[in-house]
Amino acid sequence: MKNLLNKISGAFTMFTESVSMSIANITQNRLRSFLTILGIMIGVTAVIALITTVSGVSTSISDSFTSMGAGTMTVAVTGNDMQAGLTTENLEKITELDDVTGVTPTVAATITVARNGEYESDISLSGKNDFYFTTTDAVSRGRTFNPIDIDTMARVCLIDQDMVDEFFYGVDPIGETIYLNSLNFTVVGIIADTGESITEMVSGTSDIYAPYTTVMKMNDATLVTSITVYVDSASNSDAVETEVGDYLDSLFSYEDDTYTITTMDSIQETMDSMLSMMSALLGGIASISLIVGGIGIMNMMLTSVTERTVEIGLKKAIGAEPAQIQIEFLIEAFLLSMIGGVIGVVLGIALSAILCNVMGTTFTISYSAIALGVGFSAAVGILFGWSPARKASNLNPIDALRRM
Amino acid sequence: MSEKQEVFFRMRDIVKTYPLGDEETVILKGINLSIYRGEYISVLGPSGSGKSTLMNIIGCLDKATSGEYILHGSAIDDLDEKELAQIRSREVGFIFQNSQMLPKLDALKNVELPLIYAGVRPKERAHRAEEMLVKVGLKDRIHHTPNMLSGGQQQRVAIARALVTHPTLLLADEPTGALDQTTGQQIMDLFQELNDDGHTIIMITHDLKVAKHAKRVVNIIDGELTESSDAEEVTFA
Repeated sequence: MKNLLNKISGAFTMFTESVSMSIANITQNRLRSFLTILGIMIGVTAVIALITTVSGVSTSISDSFTSMGAGTMTVAVTGNDMQAGLTTENLEKITELDDVTGVTPTVAATITVARNGEYESDISLSGKNDFYFTTTDAVSRGRTFNPIDIDTMARVCLIDQDMVDEFFYGVDPIGETIYLNSLNFTVVGIIADTGESITEMVSGTSDIYAPYTTVMKMNDATLVTSITVYVDSASNSDAVETEVGDYLDSLFSYEDDTYTITTMDSIQETMDSMLSMMSALLGGIASISLIVGGIGIMNMMLTSVTERTVEIGLKKAIGAEPAQIQIEFLIEAFLLSMIGGVIGVVLGIALSAILCNVMGTTFTISYSAIALGVGFSAAVGILFGWSPARKASNLNPIDALRRM
Repeated sequence: MSEKQEVFFRMRDIVKTYPLGDEETVILKGINLSIYRGEYISVLGPSGSGKSTLMNIIGCLDKATSGEYILHGSAIDDLDEKELAQIRSREVGFIFQNSQMLPKLDALKNVELPLIYAGVRPKERAHRAEEMLVKVGLKDRIHHTPNMLSGGQQQRVAIARALVTHPTLLLADEPTGALDQTTGQQIMDLFQELNDDGHTIIMITHDLKVAKHAKRVVNIIDGELTESSDAEEVTFA
C-alpha cells in the first residue's frame, strides 16, 4: 500500500516536472512554437466561429417563428372538380373550429397603379381580411380594414412607403384617391417598414393591401385558394391540423391531393435541419485545418526529437524509462495543441460575436462548440504527438550518446 | 577489510557481436571481470578495442549477446528495457567525456534530473542535489546555468549528478578527455576522494596516465581483457 502511494506520488512528481520542462522547451523556441500553435489556433477559431454563428442564425430564425405565432399553418387548397377553392362560408367554418383564433385568406394580384398621370405596372397587391391586421403591426399610420370593408368589397387600400414616395410626393396620402387597374381606391393607411422580417421571407412582400373580397372581385374569382390558420397555442397545432384536414376531406369528398397544410413547425424543422447540415458541413471543412495543424505539430515534434537526441540519450542513461520519455514528448505536443486550442476558442468566440453583431442575429456562447474545440485540439495533440513521442522513447541511448 | 571482499559485480564470458552486412562482427570475445565493492578500476584500451561497447554493457545501456552479467544481485541479461532503466537509475552513476548538462537548467536542476525519474519528491530532491554540489565543491554555483560554468565545473556538476542517486557504481567514460591538464588533475583528485569515501569507480580511458590514477588497471585489446594486478606495472603500447 505504501509502495503504491509512493509510486503514485512519484508519477505525479514526474508529471509536473514534465509539464514544466515542456513549457521551458516551448518557450525556448518561441517562433517555431508560435507557428506550430498558429495552425491549431486557426482551425479552432474557424470551427468555433462557424458553429456559433450558424447557431446564432438558427436561434434568430426560431425566435421570429415564435414571434409570428407558433403553431400557425398555411393551407393551400386546389379543391376538386365541384369546388376549386374555399367559399366565405367555408372560411367561417374553419374559424369556428376548436383552438383556432382566426383565419386569413391570401389573395394576390399583379396590378398597375396610377395617380395624376404617373403610373407603374407589376405592383403586387395582397387581399387580406380584418383579422390579419390583429396578428401583425403592419400599419404605421391610418387605419386597417374593418369587417364592413370586407363585406362591402370596399375600395380602400393600404400602401407602403415606396408607393407613398412615388405617388404622393408632398401630399398626405391618407384619404386620397389612387387608381389600381383603373379602379379608384381610397388610401386609408400606410404599411409599416418592418425591414427584412421572417414573415416577409416566408410569405413574400406586398406593395399594396386591399380587402380580400375586393381583390377577388378584381380577379373575377369567387373562391379562396390560400389561407393562413392561426392557433391559440403551439401545443394545439397538431390537433388543429387534424381538424382542418378532416373538414377539408369531408368538403372535397375525401379525394386525394385537394389541399396541402404546411405548419410553421414543419417549415422551422426544415430550416433547422438545413442549418444544422450547413453547420456540420462548415465545421467539417474547418476541421480539415485542424488536421493540417496537427501535421504541423507532428513535424515540429519530429524535428525536436532529432535535435534533442543527445538529451534523450542522457536522460535514458541516468535512468529515465522509455515510458517516461514518451510522456514528456506527449505532454509537449498536448500542451502545444491545447495552447492553440484555448487561444482559438477565445478568438472564435470574439469573431462570432462580431459576426452575429454585423448580421444582427442572436449571439449565444455555445458550450458544446467550446468543448468540441478544446476536445478536438487535445485529441489532435495526442494523436499527432504519439508517433514522435514513440520515436523518442525507442531511441537507443548508445546511438544517442554517440552523438556527443 | 571484509567490506572489500564482497564481489558485487561479475561478468563471465561476455560476448558482444554486431551485424555488419551479412557477417557478425565480434566486438567482445569473452570478457571475465569481477569487481569488489569499493574498488577503483581503470579499463584501458585504444579506440576500436571494444572499450565503449564494454562500458555500455557495464552501464546497462546495452545487453551482451551471450555470457552472464550480475550487478548487485541482478542478472542483467534477463531484463527488459524498463527494468534496465530502473537498474541504471538505482545502481549506476554515469560520467561522460562531455558533462552533457541540459543547457536550459541550472546546476541544481541538472543534478536533480536523475531523482525526477526516480520519483523523488521536490523538497528532498533539491536537498540531496544541493548536498552533492557542495560535496563536489560547487557551493557557490548552485544556480549557474552551463554557459556560466567552466568545463571543469560542468564536469563536477556531472559527477554530482552521477552521485545523487547513491549508486553502487560510478562509471566514467574518459572523464578528463575534454579538460586541460590542471583541471583534469583536479577531477582525478575528486575521484580519489570519492573512492576514499567508499565509492566503487570504473573508469574507461585510452590514456595510460589517467588510467594510473586507479588502484587496478585492466587492459582491453581487440575485445579481450588482460589484467594487471598493480597499476604501476602496466605497460601499454
